[in-house]
Amino acid sequence: MRVLMFGWEFPPHISGGLGTACFGLTRGLSYISDLQVLFVVPKAFGDEEQHGISLIGANKVPVKHRKLNLKHFSRKLDYIEVGSRMMPYTDPDEYFQIQKSKSEKSAFQYVQTDEFGQIPFTGAYGANLLQEIHNYALVSNVIAQDYAFDLIHAHDWLTYPAGIAAKEATGKPLVVHVHATDFDRSGGSVNPVVFDIEKKGMEAADKVIAVSNLTRRTVIEKYGINADKVVTVYNAVEPLEKNDKPAFQKGTNEKVVTFLGRITMQKGPEYFVEAAHRVLQKTQNVRFVMAGSGDMMHRMVRRAAQLKIMDKFHFTGFLRGEEVFSMLAMSDLYVMPSVSEPFGISPLEAMQSNVPVLISHQSGVAEILTYAIKTNFWDVDAMADAIYGVLNYPALSKMFVKHGKEEVDSLKWEKSALDVKAVYDAVLQQFY
Amino acid sequence: MKTVCLYFQVHQPFRFRRYRFFDIGNDHYYFDDYTNESILNKIAVNCYLPTNNLLLKLIRQHKGKFKVAFSITGVAIEQFKLYAPEVLESFRALAATGQVEFLAETYAHSLVALKDEDAFRQQVNMHSEMVEELFGQKPAVFRNTELIYSDHIGDMVSRMGFKAMLTEGAKHVLGWKSPNFLYCNTVNPRLKVLLKNYKLSDDIAFRFGNKEWDEWPLTSSKFANWVNQLDKKEEVVNLFMDYETFGEHQSKETGIFEFLEYLPKEILRHKSLKFATPSEVVSELQVIAPVNVPHPISWADEERDLTAWLGNEMQQEAFDKLYALLPKMNRCTDSRLLKDWNYLQCSDHFYYMCTKFFSDGDVHAYFNPYETPYEAFINYMNVLSDFSIRLNAAVPFSSEEKELANLAGILEDRDEKIKKLEEELQKLRSRKKKKPAPKTSSATEKKKTPKAAANVKSKK
Repeated sequence: MRVLMFGWEFPPHISGGLGTACFGLTRGLSYISDLQVLFVVPKAFGDEEQHGISLIGANKVPVKHRKLNLKHFSRKLDYIEVGSRMMPYTDPDEYFQIQKSKSEKSAFQYVQTDEFGQIPFTGAYGANLLQEIHNYALVSNVIAQDYAFDLIHAHDWLTYPAGIAAKEATGKPLVVHVHATDFDRSGGSVNPVVFDIEKKGMEAADKVIAVSNLTRRTVIEKYGINADKVVTVYNAVEPLEKNDKPAFQKGTNEKVVTFLGRITMQKGPEYFVEAAHRVLQKTQNVRFVMAGSGDMMHRMVRRAAQLKIMDKFHFTGFLRGEEVFSMLAMSDLYVMPSVSEPFGISPLEAMQSNVPVLISHQSGVAEILTYAIKTNFWDVDAMADAIYGVLNYPALSKMFVKHGKEEVDSLKWEKSALDVKAVYDAVLQQFY
Repeated sequence: MKTVCLYFQVHQPFRFRRYRFFDIGNDHYYFDDYTNESILNKIAVNCYLPTNNLLLKLIRQHKGKFKVAFSITGVAIEQFKLYAPEVLESFRALAATGQVEFLAETYAHSLVALKDEDAFRQQVNMHSEMVEELFGQKPAVFRNTELIYSDHIGDMVSRMGFKAMLTEGAKHVLGWKSPNFLYCNTVNPRLKVLLKNYKLSDDIAFRFGNKEWDEWPLTSSKFANWVNQLDKKEEVVNLFMDYETFGEHQSKETGIFEFLEYLPKEILRHKSLKFATPSEVVSELQVIAPVNVPHPISWADEERDLTAWLGNEMQQEAFDKLYALLPKMNRCTDSRLLKDWNYLQCSDHFYYMCTKFFSDGDVHAYFNPYETPYEAFINYMNVLSDFSIRLNAAVPFSSEEKELANLAGILEDRDEKIKKLEEELQKLRSRKKKKPAPKTSSATEKKKTPKAAANVKSKK
C-alpha cells in the first residue's frame, strides 16, 4: 500500500504541534511492512537550495524530491518539497519575528496564519494565502498524476484543497486528518472562509480522522459530517531522548508549578493566574511559572501584579528545547488549563519527565489519561484545590508520577499508526 | 535684585542584567556591568568631564559671582569610583572653588520617603556623610529624589535638620502664584521651599535643541533678557535640571556648551541679576507664603506627580513587595545584601515599568535597557525574588528558617573543620613518607576525620 501524504515539515524546521504529530505518525507508519508513505510538504525555498529542484505546473513551482534517511525510521522516506510559502502557525516567538521582518522587504516571505492559526483576511495578505493554497492544490494535482499510490492523506485544513485536487486527478480515496478546527482556534467565532475549506475537505474525504473524541464531536456537530465517517485516533508522544543533565538547576527549595505553552486565549492562561492567586493565600512555599509568550502575556503580567502575587509568579518568556527540558525538570506540577484543546501533547512530555499533570476536561488528551488530575478550565477553585493537594500531600504526587510514567510510556506512535492503518484498510475495502 | 539659582542633578543607576527565572537561587549577581560601564563612560565623555571643566573655568573667570549647586547620588558616586574616577576628581575640583554647593538626597535615589521615615532618614544620613567626606561640606539643603515633595515629606526633612528643600513649581499646586519667590512648608514653616521655574528650566533642558520650537535658536543673551524681563518684584529664578542636559540630552552640536559658556556673562551684564546657591537664597530672602502640597508632586512628566514610578499596578506591586522587606532589612548586617538593597531601591527601576507611552515616552526611553515595561517588571521581580531568598537565609524569621540557617552554619563549620583535618592529615602523611610519624597522634587524627565526614553526610 502506498500513501500520498500531504503533511508539514518535521521539527526542528517547524516546531509546531502539527509538524511533531506528522513526524511521529510517519515514523510509526514506517514500521508497517506493506505500507509506504510518499510525503509532500510545502516549503519556502531560499536561494541556497537550488540543487535537485525541478519546476512544475503553469506557475513553474519549484519541487524537490528526496529520499530522507531519518533516525528511528525503519526505512527511507520519499519526501517531496513543494515551493510554497504557506505554513501553519508555529510558535509565538517565530511568529513575532516574522511579523517584525514583514515590514523589511525580504527575498521571500512566509504566508503565515496568526497566533490562533487564523489568517487575517484583510487586504492583499489574505488573498495571498488563498492564492498559495490554490497553487499548492494545483501542484498536488500534477504530483498525483506523476506518482503511483493507493490512498491520499491530508493533515489540517491548509492541505485539504491539495488532497481534494489529488483525489480529483486520480480518483483515489482521501483521508483527512483533523488536528484542530477553527472552533478551537477562534474560541467560537469562526472565519467563514476557513470553515468553508475545512467543511469541503471533510465532505470530500472518504474518512475523517479526529485526534480526540472532543474533536470528533466538533466535526460531527459543527461541520455536519456523518458520524460513521469520523474516526478518533489519538496522538502519541516520542520517547524521551536521554539527556544527561538539565542546563539549569532549581535554585530554591520551594515547589514549582508550571504553565508551559502559548499565552493565548485557547490555552486558558488567565485561569492559571487566578488559581495561583488562590493557592498563594494558603501556602507560600511555592512559585508559579508561566513559560511561553503570546498575545495575552502582557495582560497576564498586569493581572498578576493586580493580584499582588508577582513575588511568587514568574514569566520566563519563550523557552527553547533545552530550556523546556530544564523547566520541566524543576517543576513539581504541570498545569494545562486549555479552554479548547483538540489533543495536547505537552502534558505527555511533562509526564515523561516525571512531572504530575493537571489538565482541563476541555482537552482531548484528558480522554486517554487516567493518571492526571482533571478539572474544568473555568473551575479555578477546583484547580487551586488540586494544586494545593499535589504540593502538600506527597503521596498524591508520587502516585501520579509513578503510574503516569507507565501510562505515557504506553502511548506510542507505532500504536497510533496501526489505528491509522486500520482506517486505511477500511477505506480501501470500501473503495475496491 | 533678582537671584538666579542653578542646580544640577547627577544620577546613574546600576542597571540590572537580564535576570531569568532560572537564575533565582543560583546566581546572585544582578548587574549588567558592560551596559553600566559603557553608558557611564559615554556620559562622562559627552557631559560630565567637559561640563565640569567649563564650569570650573567660568567660576574662576567670574571670581565669586558665578555659583552652582549639585546633587550627586551615592549610586552615581559609586559608579564614578568604579568606572571613571577622573569624573569624581573634577567634581572635587569644583568643590574646592568654594562656589559650588552640594545638596543632600537619598543615597540610592530611592522613593523611600513615600514609605518609611526611619529608612528615609538613614539613607539621607548615609548620603550626607558621603558628601561631607568627599567634598568637605555638610549639606544644609535637601532635594528629594525626582524633586518629590509633599507637606509631610517637608516636615520630615525639616525634623532632620535641613533648612530648605527644593521641589517643582508645579502649576496645579501654585495656581496663580509665581514660583519666583521663596516659600515655606505649611506644617513646619522653618523649612524653606525653593520652587523650580519649570518654564525657563525646560527651555534649556528640553526645548533647547528643538528646531520646531518658535524660540529656536535660544542664545544666552536672549535667555538673560527673559530673566531680566520677569516682574520686578520677583526675587529668585530657580533653574533646576538634570546635569546630563549638557552634552547628552542636548548634544554638543546643538550649541548647549556655548550657551552655558556665555550664560554667566549675559546674566551678570544686567545689574539687577546675580547668581546664588540655594543656601544663600535661603539666608538672603524672606519667605513670602507657605506652599500647600497635600499630595506628593515631582518634576517628572506632564502630570508632575508620582505616576511615572507608581502609576500602574506593576509599579505598585514592585514597590510594595520591595518595602515589605524593610523590617528584615533593618536586622540585616550582611554588607553585600545592604549594598544590593540600595541598588534595588533606585527609582529608575520603577521608571522603566512606566506605561505612559504617549505623553512622555521619549524621556522614559533614555538609557532604558528594556524593550517593554513588562520586561522591566518581570526582570525586577525575578531579582527581588532572589534577593528575598538571600535575605531570608541571612535574617531568619520563622523557627523553621532559623533552624535551616543554624544547620547551614553547622555545615559550614564542619566543612571547615574537615578541611583543616585533611590538611593536617596530608602533612602527617607527607611526614610519614620521610620518616614514620609518632603512632599515637596520627591514629587519633585518622579516627576523627571519617567520623566528621559521615556526620556531615547524614545532615545533608
